[in-house]
Amino acid sequence: MSKKIIELNNVTKRYNDVTAVDNINLYIRENEFITLLGPSGCGKTTTLRMIGGFEEPDEGDILFDGVRINDVPPYKRNINTVFQRYALFTHLNVYENIAFGLRIKKVPKDEMDRRIKRMLKLVELEGFETRHVDSLSGGQQQRVAIARALVNEPKVLLLDEPLGALDLKLRKEMQIELMNMQKNVGITFIYVTHDQEEALTMSDTVVVMNKGIIQQVGTPVDIYNEPENRFVADFIGESNIIEGIMHEDYLVEFSGRKFKCLDKGFQQNEPVDVVIRPEDIDITEPDKGLIQGVVTSVVFKGVHYEMMVEGGGFEYMIQSTDMQPVGVNVGLTFEPEDIHVMKRGS
Amino acid sequence: MKNRAKFLAYPYLVWMAIFIVIPLFLVLFYSLTKGNIHDPSSLSFSLESYARVFEVNYLKVIWKSFKLAFISTLFCFVLGYPVALIISTVKAKYKSILLMFFLVPIWMNFLLRTYAWMSILSPNGFINRLLSFLGLPTLSIMPGQTAVVLGMIYNFLPFMVLPIYTVLSKIDRSVIEAAMDLGANKIRTFFNVIFPLTVPGIISGITMVFMPAVSTFVISRLLGGNKELLIGNLIEQQFTVQRDWHFGSALSIILMIMILISMAVMSKFESDNDNGGAPTW
Ligand SMILES: Nc1ncnc2c1ncn2[C@@H]1O[C@H](COP(=O)(O)OP(=O)(O)OP(=O)(O)O)[C@@H](O)[C@H]1O
Ligand SMILES: [Mg+2]
Repeated sequence: MSKKIIELNNVTKRYNDVTAVDNINLYIRENEFITLLGPSGCGKTTTLRMIGGFEEPDEGDILFDGVRINDVPPYKRNINTVFQRYALFTHLNVYENIAFGLRIKKVPKDEMDRRIKRMLKLVELEGFETRHVDSLSGGQQQRVAIARALVNEPKVLLLDEPLGALDLKLRKEMQIELMNMQKNVGITFIYVTHDQEEALTMSDTVVVMNKGIIQQVGTPVDIYNEPENRFVADFIGESNIIEGIMHEDYLVEFSGRKFKCLDKGFQQNEPVDVVIRPEDIDITEPDKGLIQGVVTSVVFKGVHYEMMVEGGGFEYMIQSTDMQPVGVNVGLTFEPEDIHVMKRGS
Repeated sequence: MKNRAKFLAYPYLVWMAIFIVIPLFLVLFYSLTKGNIHDPSSLSFSLESYARVFEVNYLKVIWKSFKLAFISTLFCFVLGYPVALIISTVKAKYKSILLMFFLVPIWMNFLLRTYAWMSILSPNGFINRLLSFLGLPTLSIMPGQTAVVLGMIYNFLPFMVLPIYTVLSKIDRSVIEAAMDLGANKIRTFFNVIFPLTVPGIISGITMVFMPAVSTFVISRLLGGNKELLIGNLIEQQFTVQRDWHFGSALSIILMIMILISMAVMSKFESDNDNGGAPTW
């Protein structure tokens, strides 16, 4: 595993009486694509701004390559940022926007030219050198912003919801482009989004935050399949979250019966939350199901149907291509590995 | 819808015709004629008035008007830019108080303000009494060019501060952060990002100070005594004392042309700055 390039140790940031970031601990490895994910106001931007040097933590330390950088100003950090609303220099053309950082570093003219050419190629804006940035589309401006940051070859690139203002199609394209760029240039990306799908698609590591607190850190697959608490399960994808009791290792009770599962390490008879993803539940004949219920609603979602089935004291959401009409009695089945048991949160 | 909107513009067009276009043509007409203005049959085409404008003593007055207006504008810029910068960076609650300091004098009558300066600067005015009270030699700046320039700066400074402040306060904070993110320290950020972005504000500030300063006659009469005639006074005298409307009109037209040329040069300067070319590093 590559080394830790950035570490946040017990970092807290308050604005007046709002605790925007609450005692977080996090490390970021070199060349990682890490995403901070969470609902609006959970402290993602604040975390990013502290790494970029635009805010100073009230408590705790931020380390870069093992060196404390809490009070190092942004212009002395080997970190560049792609701002949410691009923040391009409207008095300069595309070339000069990208050249800004290089001119400050007094990079020789021919090398500067070469690097900017390469960047323009990377972001597919060749021939746009003399264009005025105001005359570019949102997606093109976004790419200028990325080129302007990347051309400095920082060790770490911070991106604050860089695709937030783009339409869905362009967003998907840019997601792929960004992922490719990150692989090609070998720079650590710290990415902020509140779009869970974007986070799962793009990242090596996802950090789920809520109310200034880190809820879970893990790979997209881990986060999706093994949510650590109710918040994560709820925020990432659709889920059925059922209250249950963990009788013993590998045996959990909910919806009025006991199920085998793969989870262990809980106290005997500990109250727990159980997560089952809607796509993991299959519909069968009523007598073949683990739980019996009645279909209460059906919505066609394009690829699949989304059905609500009332049974076992809970309304289960099921996503399936196998449609059953409203009012029909059905059975629900799932495998032990589809059951995820979590500690009951507050 | 479109037609109705046009219709709404008619009253303004009529207003413009009566009070701007027609007088302008009258001024042009008088400047190009000679004779008795009260007896239309005596009027005949003549460039005599324009020729007189180029007499040395009149050229001197024009030159002085432009010189004093230029000096005042320069001082207004040098003093006003930092003020605008400070107002735009202080906390929101102090911002309005600071702005008030600059706006309240504008609400006061222009003449009153200038009379106030008279009583401050006059030979036995506030400053000199203070100086003699302290046992220091007194100054004699009024009447004189210094007093005129001071009066212009005082009266027109807000018109420099306001447009620059407006542009400054519209600059997105994230643009400044972007500059710092790309390695620019505070000084570079100012010269490479903030200052170029405020050029439009500077241009309108200069315009709004220079134009009234070059054509003023009140400030120069009150603070300059009879010594410091400016082109404004000259024009005023032609219409009030000398009753030579032809020469007054010619002077007005010349002044207008010179202001237009200055503005054209300014806006050329602005569009040059705006071409997205390499900044001056
Ligand atoms: N400059 C500030 N002054 C006061 N409060 C602030 C400031 N910046 C952020 N906050 C508060 O800190 C909290 C976290 O804000 P932050 O911008 O980090 O959220 P976020 O996760 O980026 O949200 P979003 O997805 O909406 O951008 C919010 O409650 C916000 O109101
Ligand atoms: Mg944010």
